Amino acid sequence: MNRCPNLSGSKSLKISIASGKGGTGKTLVATSLAVSLADRGAVIADCDVEEPNVHLFFPNKQPLGKKECEVPVPIVDERICTHCGLCSDNCAFHAMAVLPQKVLVFQELCHGCGACALVCPMNAISEGRRSVGEVFRAESGCLEIVWGDLKPGEARTVPLIRSVKDEAKGDVVIVDCPPGTSCSMVESVRGTDFCLLVTESTPFGLYDLNLALRTLEMMKIPQGVLVNKSGIGDRKVYEYLEKQKVSLLMEIPFSRTIAELYSRGIIFVEHMPEWKERFAALAEKIEEQIA
Amino acid sequence: MKQMAVVSGKGGTGKTSLVASLAALACGRAVVADCDVDAPDLHLILQPTIQERREFFGMKRAFIDESKCTKCGSCTDHCRFEAVHDFQVDPALCEGCGVCKLVCPSEAVVMIDRLSGHAYISNTRFGPMVHAELFPGEEASGKLVSMVREMARDLAAFQKRELVLIDGSPGIGCPVIASLTGVDLALVVTEPTISGEHDLDRVLKVSEHFGIKAQVCINKHDLNLVAAQHIEDLCLERGAAVAGKIPFDSSVVDAMVHSKPVVELGGPAAEAIHGLWRRLEELL
Repeated sequence: MNRCPNLSGSKSLKISIASGKGGTGKTLVATSLAVSLADRGAVIADCDVEEPNVHLFFPNKQPLGKKECEVPVPIVDERICTHCGLCSDNCAFHAMAVLPQKVLVFQELCHGCGACALVCPMNAISEGRRSVGEVFRAESGCLEIVWGDLKPGEARTVPLIRSVKDEAKGDVVIVDCPPGTSCSMVESVRGTDFCLLVTESTPFGLYDLNLALRTLEMMKIPQGVLVNKSGIGDRKVYEYLEKQKVSLLMEIPFSRTIAELYSRGIIFVEHMPEWKERFAALAEKIEEQIA
Repeated sequence: MKQMAVVSGKGGTGKTSLVASLAALACGRAVVADCDVDAPDLHLILQPTIQERREFFGMKRAFIDESKCTKCGSCTDHCRFEAVHDFQVDPALCEGCGVCKLVCPSEAVVMIDRLSGHAYISNTRFGPMVHAELFPGEEASGKLVSMVREMARDLAAFQKRELVLIDGSPGIGCPVIASLTGVDLALVVTEPTISGEHDLDRVLKVSEHFGIKAQVCINKHDLNLVAAQHIEDLCLERGAAVAGKIPFDSSVVDAMVHSKPVVELGGPAAEAIHGLWRRLEELL
């Protein structure tokens, strides 16, 4: 799949873009960074499968394929089942209820662990598959875009995030993460070489940045910070970064022009080429930090 | 007692700033529940004084007792989450299903309760508040959301308050579903951007899926009037009414910096929120 050969000959690089707080500009940063690295054959993986937005910024993309993300789910053969209730007793996720005449399976709660089939004394439980969403691949110029689309009503994101990451193969992979600090974010940043945290200098931005940093420290993933919309709010994020000795890698000023381009689905660096150079330099800085 | 959840799909559209103002306007008639448990920010504005703390136990984690383990490998073979390596469980990958314990022939696996966060009942100058913190990297945030909601409902019933006002998390997955189930009204906050519109559509599909009435608030609607119109058209198509439009107003960030709801500062955004609140009161 070497559409645009890696001309720079550099090593492979996986950068995740996360934030804690939502709406700080993760997607803006991930798309900008990816298009600035397109000549290195970059792949952008949108792991915010609940609200995948990266692909909206590439209206001229060419589809490369799609794939269902399937998870195992129990199928109970009611002809054999004695309704003993062992499956439901052993389901840690409360996904099964055994009534006198019928077994109910709550598919959205099922983690597909297989405990029910293991404990069934009648071997009445087999396994089927069901789709929780789709993984799409497309290309736009030299850039490959991979994203997951969780079916509305589905609760579990982790299997789909794993599928997206499995499909996103390349020398340079940029992972756009969901907001927050719980399992979806952890799954998205897992295995990346570096995590760039996007924040804004407001009380909400700072509080959630601290939570995200603690999560990354636990996972032992090297990290740096990008302050977006700089100029709004106060100076507390800067004071915090200095105190915690976390590197501030870039600032993007609050600008009505950038906000307006974003609102129309335009990646601002395409209109402001000087920013493309800055993002390429940012990637180099990150490579130096992890070397 | 009624329950209203403020959700958004896309993050950063202004849910928390809006909820802080609605809490102020409800002047004590509501119990506020911060259900954005993995990035909770409402306490930064409402400045709660904690009255009671409860422990939250998420999913259990498996632990292998080395002294009993015979290294047969059955647990590794049966674990669907690839959480067992070298006869040790990686707690970050373990989902707590207990399959390893079921298949272990030498009873070497124990399932251990794990403190995953805390939930709090607090007082604020606008009335009672229930909130929580999930420890970084933990799962089961939906379970903690359900715990916060139950505490808030009990408190509202006990103190005879009319409303439970829920600040939800972004997205459409497990914590959002836990915030939405069984509410009387969902207020979806969006912004006039291509992402805002796309995410609004998805969250409206989720509320429709669960049969929940939804109203929409377009925040910073004057930043892109064309996109704002698109959103109004989308709402019409999906049968969700636009309950309010809030203009871009720098006093929203000023209010946040000063730990105040924007309605206490005044200005065009505050005025629009007053109008939105009147409309919501009628609906509830």
